[in-house]
Amino acid sequence: MSVDKKTVKQKSEETETEKIEVKRKITIPGEKIVSGRDFLPGEGTIREGEDIVARRFGLADISGRLVKIIPLSGTYIPRTGNIVIGRVEDVTFNGWIIDLKAPYSSFLSLSECSRYIKGDLTEYYNIGDILVCKVFSIRNKSIDLTIKGRGLGKLERGQIIYINSNKVPRVIGREGSMIRIIKQETGCEITVGQNGVVWILGNKIEDELRAKEAISFIVSKSYIEGLTDKVQDFFKNKKEEK
Amino acid sequence: MTYTKRLDGRKFDETREIEAKVGVVKNADGSALFRFGDTIAIAAVYGPKALHPQHLRDPERCVLRCNYDMLSFSVAERKKPGPTRRSQEISKVTEWALSPVIDLENYSNTVIDVHITVLQANASTRCAGINAAAMALANAGVSMKELVSSVSIGKIDRKKVVDLSKEEEDYEEGEGATDIPLGFTKSGDICLMQLDGKIRAEELKEVIRTGKKACKEIYEIQKKALEAVGEEI
Repeated sequence: MSVDKKTVKQKSEETETEKIEVKRKITIPGEKIVSGRDFLPGEGTIREGEDIVARRFGLADISGRLVKIIPLSGTYIPRTGNIVIGRVEDVTFNGWIIDLKAPYSSFLSLSECSRYIKGDLTEYYNIGDILVCKVFSIRNKSIDLTIKGRGLGKLERGQIIYINSNKVPRVIGREGSMIRIIKQETGCEITVGQNGVVWILGNKIEDELRAKEAISFIVSKSYIEGLTDKVQDFFKNKKEEK
Repeated sequence: MTYTKRLDGRKFDETREIEAKVGVVKNADGSALFRFGDTIAIAAVYGPKALHPQHLRDPERCVLRCNYDMLSFSVAERKKPGPTRRSQEISKVTEWALSPVIDLENYSNTVIDVHITVLQANASTRCAGINAAAMALANAGVSMKELVSSVSIGKIDRKKVVDLSKEEEDYEEGEGATDIPLGFTKSGDICLMQLDGKIRAEELKEVIRTGKKACKEIYEIQKKALEAVGEEI
C-alpha cells in the first residue's frame, strides 16, 4: 500500500499538468475513457476491445498506464485492512455485531478481542458503544473485525461525525497530510474511519467544533487542487476572526 | 380524416421538451429528475443496503426493488393514493428494464431500492421514470454497464409518432391510437417493450427503429445531466 502511494506521488509530480486535465473528466457508465493497448483497466473500469470503458460514475484518474475511477458517491464497501468506526448493534454469546453503515453485517469475535474476557460480554462492550476496529477478513460478504492493535478499541469521550465515505481519502490527505494539519491547528485527537465515521476529541469543546468545521469544509471543497493550502488558509482566517 | 399534423404542432419524430437534472433528492444516495413536456418524474436510489427480512436475500446477486408511484395531484382528477394494479405492473417492468445493465453480482445479499415518483402526468410516465432511474442509479455510484433510455412511440391512425401526449393517446379516429413504450440500453438492446392495441409486424419494426433513434438523443441529454453534476463538485 505505502509503496503504491509513493509511486503514484512521483508520477503525479512528473505529469502534473497532463493529469489535471484528465483528472477532471467525469465518467459515465458505458462511456469510453481512453483507448489503446497501453492502458490498463483499474478499479471501476473494464476493457472492451481497444477501449477502457467506465463502469461507474466518478472522476477518471490516469496515473501512468493505470486508469481508474475515483468514486464521487456510493455506499461504503469494506476492504480488508480498513480501519473503521462502528457502533455495537447486538451482543451474542461469542462476540459483538457491529454496525459499520455498510450493506453487510460485521462481527467482532471474542477471540479477536485484546483482553481475556470471562462471563458477561456486555460488561466489556455493550449495545451503543462506539468501537474503532480493523477489518481483517471478508468471507461470503460477512465482515470479520478485530480490535487487536494500536489505536483500536472503545471510544469513551469526544464526538462522532458522519461524512460521505468517498471523501475519506481527501480528509486524510496524501500520506496523512490533511489530518495532520487539523490535528496541529486544533490540538484534537482525530480518528477517521474508512466508513465515513470521524471521531474527534479535544481539550475544549471549541477545539472539537473547529475541527468539525474544518472537516466539513474539506468535504464540501473536495476535488479541488491544492486543498491542503486552502485548509491552512481556513485556519488562518479563523484565527483572525478571533 | 387522417392524422397528418400533430395536435401540439410537433414534428412526427420530435419529442416534447426534455429536462434532466441529477441530485434533486438530498437524502438519497442518488437521485434524478426527468421531464417530457408536462410529464415529470423523479427517481431516488437508496443502497446497496442490507436486505430484511433475510430470507429474501440472494447470495448470488443483489435484489433490485423498484417502486413506481403517481402522486394524487399528478393527474387532473385526483388519484387515490397508494399502489394500484397499474403501478405494480409499471414497477415490475421498470425493474426488468434496469436489471440487465446493473452489475447485480457485485452486491450479493443486498438490495437497491429505486423509488420513482410522478409529480405530474401527461402520458409516457413510465418512460420518464426509467430515464430518471437510470441517471439516479449512476449518481448513486452503483456499478453498471451502461445507461438505459426510454421513449414511447405511438401509432396514431397510420402515422408513427415519437413521445405521445395524453391527447394523442386518446385519439380515436381512423385506426385509433396505439402506445408502445420502448426502452434501450446504450448499446441498442431492447430492455422494455409494451404494446396495447393493434399493429402490423412491419410497422412494429419501423417503430423500433424510430424508438432507437429517439433514445439516442435522450441518452445524450442524460449524459449531459450527469456530467453537469460532476462539474459542480
